[in-house]
Amino acid sequence: MIESLAGNDRAYRVLLQESGKRLHAYYSRRLVETAITDDLVQETLLAIHTRRSTYDPARPFTAWLHAIARYKLIDFLRNQRHRRTVSFEEAPEEALIFEEGDPSAQLDLTQILEMLSPRTRELIRAVKIEGRSIAEVSTASGLSESAIKVAMHRAMARLSKKFGRDVP
Amino acid sequence: MSELPAKTSDLIDQLVTDLRPESRSRLLRSISLGVLSGAVVSGIVVGSLWGVRPDMAAALHTSTFWIKEFFVLSLAIVGFFIALKMARPDGQARGFIFLAIVIVLGLGTLAVLQLASAPTELWKRLIMGNTSAVCPWLILLLAIPIMLGLIWAMRRMAPTRLQFAGVAAGLTAGALSALIYSVSCDESTMPFIFIWYGGAIAVMAMIGAFVGPRVLRW
Repeated sequence: MIESLAGNDRAYRVLLQESGKRLHAYYSRRLVETAITDDLVQETLLAIHTRRSTYDPARPFTAWLHAIARYKLIDFLRNQRHRRTVSFEEAPEEALIFEEGDPSAQLDLTQILEMLSPRTRELIRAVKIEGRSIAEVSTASGLSESAIKVAMHRAMARLSKKFGRDVP
Repeated sequence: MSELPAKTSDLIDQLVTDLRPESRSRLLRSISLGVLSGAVVSGIVVGSLWGVRPDMAAALHTSTFWIKEFFVLSLAIVGFFIALKMARPDGQARGFIFLAIVIVLGLGTLAVLQLASAPTELWKRLIMGNTSAVCPWLILLLAIPIMLGLIWAMRRMAPTRLQFAGVAAGLTAGALSALIYSVSCDESTMPFIFIWYGGAIAVMAMIGAFVGPRVLRW
């Protein structure tokens, strides 16, 4: 980064590529939709570029990069929350966010799902967590698509009521 | 990790061609420029509307004058450094925040001591002075140009804790504005300065906390 600030474009290209990979890993771990991940990676790369003067050469580059990545993620999620007026069926799936490998999030999720009936739990798991489409689940389980939608809608409504806010 | 998507690679190509050497002091210069241009505007307003306090020559020999100046100047400097730190995405400002608290507590202690050593009948005079009705308002008014300058500068930087960055901007603007105003204000009791100067600066910091997340987004 110090080389890049001095105007070394070779070093800068390597830096951006490496940052791009790191950012991709960072965002894809936290978001489900790849299109959004790609957008965020690009937006963050752009921010690195336009705001590169805020990098302090005395501090580690990764800390700086991570702070920007985190800011962009939070900013995105916040926007997302304000805009969430789409209907349930159209609601983007990436809203269910938790860090993979974060044991407390896993535990929370398991506990929450315990509150549902076994059949609904399986549906939610398949669609919301494993990210399978309703059509796939329909063929696998033998239930009609509309039955699955209704069951999931009810379950999500129950959970939202239970936990207060916009669990999508 | 495999290769990046084509769109991302294109973007990187563009950014690399756009690279120009960047001066290391750019952040410091931007923030200073924002603060100074605001301060010049406020200074001109004070100079042309009220001028220097009439008893300035005598005041220079009093300790209260210098305590007052030290209070607002040191807060302004500390605020400026917090703002500098907050303009970076990974900036930490714990040491400076601690300093700011020490300064405020120091003046608060002096104010309490002065009240404690004065007869109760004098308290109202010590606290309210002659100008308590206008002083905090004028400090707030004079802080506006400095605040705008700071916001202008910070928007081009990369604050990630916007509320806190706003507080830093408000603290700097409020304290510097108080410093400028203090040249024409002849109040010099500790309780007055603590409550009305300190109050105006605190309100400015709160305004900063409110506007920060709204105007500093990037």
